Amino acid sequence: MEKKWEEMSADEKQEAQFQKLLSPKDPEGNDLQFQSPETEASYKASILRIKDALQLKKPDRVPVCLFPGMYPLAHYGITLKEAMYDYEKCVAAFRKFVLDYKPDLQFGAAAPGPGKFYEIMDYKLYGWPGHGVKEDANSYQCFEGEYMQPFEYDILLTDPSFYFNHFYLPKVFGALEGFTLLPPPTGILEMYGVAFNFIPWGLPPMQNTLKALTDAAAEALKWAGALGAFDGEMASLGIPNILGGFTKAPFDTIGDTLRGTKGIMLDMYRQPEKLHKALEALTPIMIGMGLGAAQQTGNPLIFIPLHKGADGFLSDAQFKEFYWPTLKQVVLGLIDGGCIPFLAAEGGYNSRLEVIRDLPPGKTIWMMDQTDMTKAKEIVGDRLCLFGNMYSSMLKISTTEEIKEYTKQLIDVAGKGGGYIMANGSFFDHAKPENIQAMVDFTREYGVYK
Amino acid sequence: MSGELVKFLSDLKEPEALGYVDKALAKGTDPMDLLTQAKEGMNIVGQRFADEVYFIPDLIFSGEILKGIISKLEPHLKEAKAEKRLGKVIIGTVAGDIHDIGKDLVVFMLDVHGFEVLDLGIDVPVQKFVDTIKKSGSTVVGLSGFLTLAFDSMQETVEAIKAAGLRDQVKIMIGGGQVNDQVKNHVGADAYGSNAMEAVKLAQGWIGG
Repeated sequence: MEKKWEEMSADEKQEAQFQKLLSPKDPEGNDLQFQSPETEASYKASILRIKDALQLKKPDRVPVCLFPGMYPLAHYGITLKEAMYDYEKCVAAFRKFVLDYKPDLQFGAAAPGPGKFYEIMDYKLYGWPGHGVKEDANSYQCFEGEYMQPFEYDILLTDPSFYFNHFYLPKVFGALEGFTLLPPPTGILEMYGVAFNFIPWGLPPMQNTLKALTDAAAEALKWAGALGAFDGEMASLGIPNILGGFTKAPFDTIGDTLRGTKGIMLDMYRQPEKLHKALEALTPIMIGMGLGAAQQTGNPLIFIPLHKGADGFLSDAQFKEFYWPTLKQVVLGLIDGGCIPFLAAEGGYNSRLEVIRDLPPGKTIWMMDQTDMTKAKEIVGDRLCLFGNMYSSMLKISTTEEIKEYTKQLIDVAGKGGGYIMANGSFFDHAKPENIQAMVDFTREYGVYK
Repeated sequence: MSGELVKFLSDLKEPEALGYVDKALAKGTDPMDLLTQAKEGMNIVGQRFADEVYFIPDLIFSGEILKGIISKLEPHLKEAKAEKRLGKVIIGTVAGDIHDIGKDLVVFMLDVHGFEVLDLGIDVPVQKFVDTIKKSGSTVVGLSGFLTLAFDSMQETVEAIKAAGLRDQVKIMIGGGQVNDQVKNHVGADAYGSNAMEAVKLAQGWIGG
């Protein structure tokens, strides 16, 4: 008898996820048709390689992945603007990138995003080419601000969804202005007067919002269709995408796009209790965000970009008090739900290694940007699968010989005994193509475990 | 009495610091004395940041407390003469890059350490750096950049300063996201700093103070 999902242990869930990844389906639910027996073998070998590395074992060789920023666009010779408004061009760029280097995993073509969708929604939180940043800009830009005011913690704590719908979303999407008219749905209780609650849906601002939502959703579907087809095509060619979605450390959720860097840092002094409560309130929501994404996409890898906990941002004591406890809960919640948390330690994480060690072994992947990998291997190597650390600066300005030398060093140090995936350490928009090639080729050759 | 504000500010005691200023002003304390104390407090904050006792939240909070103190002192400082500054430092985020959080921290720390900062903002065209050096006679230039794209703009800015015959009269420091020693050599800068206090130390080394 097969165990039910909810009865499985975290180990059993992880195993079930890998079994599922090893027999991929097409969108109709049939077995994916590989283009050749070789591509099928290559697909499965990659999945097993990642599985072994994750579980801190030695795969046949060090897996090699590329998780780019906007580099594929430069590589293909199109602008970000073109990629954002022509999904086929966007996909063509990522196709060339993936097929030129044939990494063990690819991470989809979602980075540029759908320009028209952002326009329809009147997205105010970010600038993109022609909208808040220059036409020829090659990355989008977050406009940091205090989208959530210091006194709004109480509303967030009372009902996070109501806070998001009524206050936050209309601020960051101009098209959602109609939402400001909505009463809390929890006030809809009895027959007497119940109809009053529904009047806002008929008022002009809400009618505009509804129209925008319909149009925006159609655009989002069109975009997602192009991305989905791309993933299927790459899988059939032997290169899996196991990325299921993303979630965030609660501290970054508040610090990045709600209160802003300055806002959250002042809250640490001026209203630490409120901040703590909000971090705790967001924890199950962040777990749900990751689990929900994994369920929707059928992929277990949940990306968690880490921003404000890096070396130099917070003191050791601040990291332990404000950043880590709720992030740890999010990670454990995702593991419990059968996901593979994939954390990107942007900047350096040297001073955090002893703290992040406190996770179950073989369950998480950590993308390291500028962390000392010798130290990382020594302190967390028996717990966390390490990923990355090829510097973006090196990919852009080093010689291929220097790249090979550093690749060798990473394989010798971080790859020792398994538990390491070769990759870039941070998202790169620019690189010398031959440097990426050198990193990939050298890993395939030198990274074989004997 | 003297020195209490130094301690309140450097220990990041906001209500105590602001309350102290109110009381001192009411008692007729010379606002210039309070301003001097606030500066001394900020120097200690900078030192603690350099010593890794304080981190970014502490730095940002100290800036907010200082802002509160200054706004209380300002109405009483009408006749104060412009204070003497150590030297001029030009700072900007290079062309094509519009990140400003790191740059603003550097500007703030240079300012509280007595430098006159010419903040050119973000996405600063190469020529603007050159023009500002000519106009101001500044001897230190700080180039900030978060994106890998910024490496090219930094390099172009250094080249343009060289082409204008100004390279010998300025020291150039760089900083930001992926900046390291290799990038410093690549763009032809004199030094790089990984945080705001390193920028202050570099400027102090070059200008004095």
